[in-house]
Amino acid sequence: MYTTELQKSAAVASTEDADKLAAFEARVAADEFIEPKDWMPEAYRRTLVRQISQHAHSEIVGMLPEGNWITRAPSLRRKAILLAKVQDEAGHGLYLYSAAETLGTAREEMIEALHSGKAKYSTIFNYPTLTWADIGAIGWLVDGAAIMNQVPLQRTSYGPYARAMVRVCKEESFHQRQGYEIMMHLAAGTDAQKRMAQDALNRWWWPSLMMFGPPDENSPNTAQSMRWRIKRETNDELRQKFVDITVPQADAIGLTVPDPAVQWNEEKGGYDFGQVDWSEFYAVVKGEGPVAKERMAARRKAWEDGAWIREAADAYAAKQVEKRKAA
Amino acid sequence: MSKDWPLWEVFVRSKGGLSHRHVGSVHAPDAEIALRHARDTYTRRMEGVSLWVVPSASIIASDPSDDGAMFEPAEDKIYRHPTFYNIPDDVKHI
Amino acid sequence: MATVTQDQALFDYLLRLGDDALVLGQRQSEWTGACPTVEVDLSLANMALDLIGQATHFLDAAGNVEGQGRDGDRLAFHRDVLDYRNCLLVEQPNGDFARTMARQFLFSTWQKMLFDALTASKDELIAAVAAKAVKEVTYHQELAQEWVIRLGDGTDESHKRMQHGFDWLWRFVPELFEMDAVATAMAERGIGADVAAFRDAYDRAVRAVIEEATLTVPQDQRPILGGRRGHHGEHLGHLLATMQFLPRAYPDATW
Repeated sequence: MYTTELQKSAAVASTEDADKLAAFEARVAADEFIEPKDWMPEAYRRTLVRQISQHAHSEIVGMLPEGNWITRAPSLRRKAILLAKVQDEAGHGLYLYSAAETLGTAREEMIEALHSGKAKYSTIFNYPTLTWADIGAIGWLVDGAAIMNQVPLQRTSYGPYARAMVRVCKEESFHQRQGYEIMMHLAAGTDAQKRMAQDALNRWWWPSLMMFGPPDENSPNTAQSMRWRIKRETNDELRQKFVDITVPQADAIGLTVPDPAVQWNEEKGGYDFGQVDWSEFYAVVKGEGPVAKERMAARRKAWEDGAWIREAADAYAAKQVEKRKAA
Repeated sequence: MSKDWPLWEVFVRSKGGLSHRHVGSVHAPDAEIALRHARDTYTRRMEGVSLWVVPSASIIASDPSDDGAMFEPAEDKIYRHPTFYNIPDDVKHI
Repeated sequence: MATVTQDQALFDYLLRLGDDALVLGQRQSEWTGACPTVEVDLSLANMALDLIGQATHFLDAAGNVEGQGRDGDRLAFHRDVLDYRNCLLVEQPNGDFARTMARQFLFSTWQKMLFDALTASKDELIAAVAAKAVKEVTYHQELAQEWVIRLGDGTDESHKRMQHGFDWLWRFVPELFEMDAVATAMAERGIGADVAAFRDAYDRAVRAVIEEATLTVPQDQRPILGGRRGHHGEHLGHLLATMQFLPRAYPDATW
C-alpha cells in the first residue's frame, strides 16, 4: 500500500545500445507496457527493483503497527476487519515481491537487503501505535496517502507492477473507509475517545504528509522517473491533493488538523499549509524513527525463527522427489 | 543467507466457462502447499473457482527479441479474417 | 447439573462452541506478522478469520437464547475466566510453529467431526452455522495435517519440535470427548453431538497422520479437564486481559 519516497540516482549508462535505448524510450513515451523479458536499460531495471521492493517491504513492515492491535480490537467486528486488513497487506507485499521477482531479483535477496538495513521502506511505519485511535488514523491518513500515491501507478510502464497495483488498489478501497469509520465513532464518543482521536490525528498528520517524499526541488530523479512512467505525478502535486481532500474530512467529524497555517486559498483552489519538518523526515529515513529498531528486529526474528520451518518443508519435498524416483 | 522456497506461477479460473488466467506467484516448498498458498493469497475475495500452480522454472517463454520472426509473419495473412471477403449486403447468414 | 433448565443448557452449549472458536482465533491472530513466510501469514490469518466469524455467530446466538440483552461482543469482552467455556486445548499458548500446528490439527480434526454431526442439529441456527463452518474447518484440518506431515518428516530439528508439540498437548485431548451433563442433555435433545461416539474415528485419524509424519503417538496421560466448567489453566486470564482491555477500560464507550 505504500510507495517509498526515495528516488536514488537513476542515470542511464552510456555504454548501452543507443538504438535499443531510443526504441525503449519511444515505447514508454507512447504509454506502452514493458514486460519482463523485454529489453530495458539497466538503470530502469535497478530503479524498478528498488522501488517495487521498497513498496513490498513497506507492506510487510506496515503489518506491524496495526498488528499491534489485532489482539486488542474492541469488538468482534473490528477484530475481523483489522485482521482482514493486515492480511491484505501481507497479500499486497506478496503481489509486489512477485512483480519485482520478474526483474530477476529473488525475494530472499530483497528480504536480505531489508534486514541488513540496505533497503528502505516507508518511514511512516517507524512510528508507534499507542491507542486504538491510531488504527483509525492509519487507515484514514496513511492508507489515504498511499492510495493517492498508488492510483497513478496502475498505469506505470512496467506491466507486472501495473497489474499488481490494479489488484492492490481494488482491494484497498475498504482500508481507508474502515479507518475513517473508526475515527468517526471515536470523535462522536466519550471524552476519552475524542481525546484519543484528536491525539492520533496530531501524531499521524505530519508523517502522512511526509509519505509523498521530499519537495520536488529536492527530488532530483523525479524527472527521470516521470519520463519512464514509473512515477506519474510529482511529490508536491500529490501532497497538495491529499491536504485538499483530507482537511474537510477532519472538519466533518469535528477533528482539527494540527497545522495552524491550514487555510483555504481561493486563488489556487486548494489549501495553504505549513512547512513539513524535513529534518525529521531525513532522520527517520536514516533509521532513526521512534520504533525503527523494533520494527526491523521483529522482521528479522520472524524470518530467522522461520528458517527451520522453511528448511523442513524443503527437506520433505526433496524426500518426496527421491521416493517418486525410486518408485 | 536464509533460504526462501521455490517460486510457483499461479493461474485462476474466475468462473466456469473462462480460461485460467495468470495472476502472480507464490513461494512454496511443494505443489500441495503451493496450491494452499495460491488459494490463501489470490482467492480471498471469491476471485476463483479453480487454481493452477506451475513451477516458475517450468514456464518456457518466447524471446521478445525474436518478436519479428515469431509474430510478424501472421500480420499479412489477412485472408484468415472474415472481413477480407466482400459479400453483397443482401446475402444473409454468411 | 440436574437442575439445569433447557435454555441454560443450550446457552452453555453455544458458549462452548463460540468460546472454542474465539479463543483459538485469538491465538491464531497472535501469529500475524511473525510467520516463516508471507504466504503462511496469509494462511493463518484466513483460519483466524474463519474462527472469529464462527465465534460471532455462536455467541450472538447464545445471547439470544439467554434473553438478557447480551450480544456476542458483550459475551466476548465482558466475561471472566470462570464464565468462559472453551476447552483447554485452544487456550494453550502458540509455542513454536510445530506446537501451533499440533494444536490446530488436534482441534480441527475434532471440530470437523463435531460440525459434521451438528449439520443435523435440531437447532436450525446451529445446523446452519455448522454447515457453513464445516467447509472452513475441513480446510483448516487439511492444512494443519499437511504441515504436521512436513514438519514430522522434514529435518531432525523439525521432527523433534513436532513430536514435542504433540507430547505437550496430548493431555488436553480427552477433554474434547467429555460428555458432561450439558453435552449429554444437548445430545439427547438432538441439538448437540454425541462426541464420545466419534472418539474411535478421531483416534484412528490422528494416529494415521502422526504415523505418516514418522512421529510417535504420545503415551496417554492423565487427562486435564475443567474448561467446560470454567476451570481453566493460567493462560486464559492473560489472553482475556489482552483481548478485553479496551471494552473493560472504557466501559461506557462504544467502538
